[in-house]
Amino acid sequence: MSTGNMNLTLKVWRQKNNNTKGALVDYKLSGISPDMSFLEMFDVLNEDLINKGEEPVVFDHDCREGICGMCSMFINGRPHGPKDLVTTCQLHMRSFKDGDTIVVEPWRAAAFPVVKDLTVDRSAFDRVIAAGGFISVNTGNAQDANSLPIPKMQADAAFEAAACIGCGACVATCKNASAMLFVSAKISQLALLPQGQPERYRRVQSMVAQMDAEGFGNCTNTGACEAECPKGISLENIARMNRDFASAKFLSEETI
Amino acid sequence: MSGFGNALSSSIGRKYVMGITGIFLILFLIVHAGINSLIFLDDNGLKFNIGAHFMATNWIIRAGEYVLFLGLLVHIYQALNLTIKNKKARPEGYAAYNGSANSKWYSRSMGLLGTLLLIFLVIHLKDFWVVSRFTGIPTVDANGNEDLYAVMRAKFQDPVRVAAYVLLMISLCYHLLHGFASAFQTMGWNHSKYNGIIKNVGVWYAIIISIVFALMPIAVYTHLIN
Repeated sequence: MSTGNMNLTLKVWRQKNNNTKGALVDYKLSGISPDMSFLEMFDVLNEDLINKGEEPVVFDHDCREGICGMCSMFINGRPHGPKDLVTTCQLHMRSFKDGDTIVVEPWRAAAFPVVKDLTVDRSAFDRVIAAGGFISVNTGNAQDANSLPIPKMQADAAFEAAACIGCGACVATCKNASAMLFVSAKISQLALLPQGQPERYRRVQSMVAQMDAEGFGNCTNTGACEAECPKGISLENIARMNRDFASAKFLSEETI
Repeated sequence: MSGFGNALSSSIGRKYVMGITGIFLILFLIVHAGINSLIFLDDNGLKFNIGAHFMATNWIIRAGEYVLFLGLLVHIYQALNLTIKNKKARPEGYAAYNGSANSKWYSRSMGLLGTLLLIFLVIHLKDFWVVSRFTGIPTVDANGNEDLYAVMRAKFQDPVRVAAYVLLMISLCYHLLHGFASAFQTMGWNHSKYNGIIKNVGVWYAIIISIVFALMPIAVYTHLIN
């Protein structure tokens, strides 16, 4: 990695835990390379802090390849920063200018309590998935991969919904902290395929009930989630979830 | 749990309530704008008064008025309810929030626009509905119908009222600009073959309805008609 020449002022949210109040703290960084990823820039900051005997900034990260959904920084008022269709780990410092001031905050939602600094607890998503994001599979030998014919468009739409990495950017950016884009993607990826049909109408009821129980807000169709989603999940999924939910509640006899 | 109550108290159920009442109000505005446009015939309000007389006396319309007020109240109640819930869903706001990067300002300001419309509605109902329904219209026109047109002309001599009506029609326009397409999305009517049509019809609907309404006080005040 080349040594760089960018000088930056970071305003980073520091919060000890969910019971204490947090605040933005200013940090000056110099010699940042434009080739660094945003997280590598944070690694440099943390090295500095450790060398100075201060507590490093806690932030979530894992694969740093844009596919795991762990990184979760709200950068200058947008989840995953200024670029479309990238996660924080795939955001590079060349997307900023020398001398910039960058505000970095955690996802903010009642359903995502702050663990520490920039790390939030997103296990609410896990509980939504556990409520119904599964299919039933018979035991025995595995079936041949293409034994069930699926129209190409249908398979593509399911695949696109399945691209959701569950990072929570949709919740973070939504003015209502609604999780409908995430939940609808997880419902759609199964509802679109024949394997997902047996539980289809139970699933939508269970997962929506869990989403509500977790304290996420209510969608007002601003479209911010779709615009900020690093995986480009479509609002069409929310419409499909709404349709399935209505079918389940008003037409299906299956209740949860 | 079973039953519809459980469905309607869920997040998606509440959205449905907003969407259905919204579409109902959208349809009402077409009727309202249509009948009021009769003033543009410039016949001293004769046709308009016939329309107003029909709306005030036909029993189906009278019954529909109750449904309209109910729909309006449910729309307002649910909006308040959802706004409170949504505020609770994010107790601590962002220090930096760049909403304009990903959504239209009016889609994020439906509550504010709706509140302005509610204020307008109170003034508007006091101006015309209370007069025609309760306190009584003082004069009759050449056909012997109650002269609501005369009431309208008198009210719109006041430049402050005219300005307020026109300004609030701008907030109606933006409210509809988001509300129309949003209602379709909420109802699940999202389809690649129709999305473009819904969006365009929504934009034209919002603009035309608002302009037609805004033109009424302007036309009366500037004596463009009569």
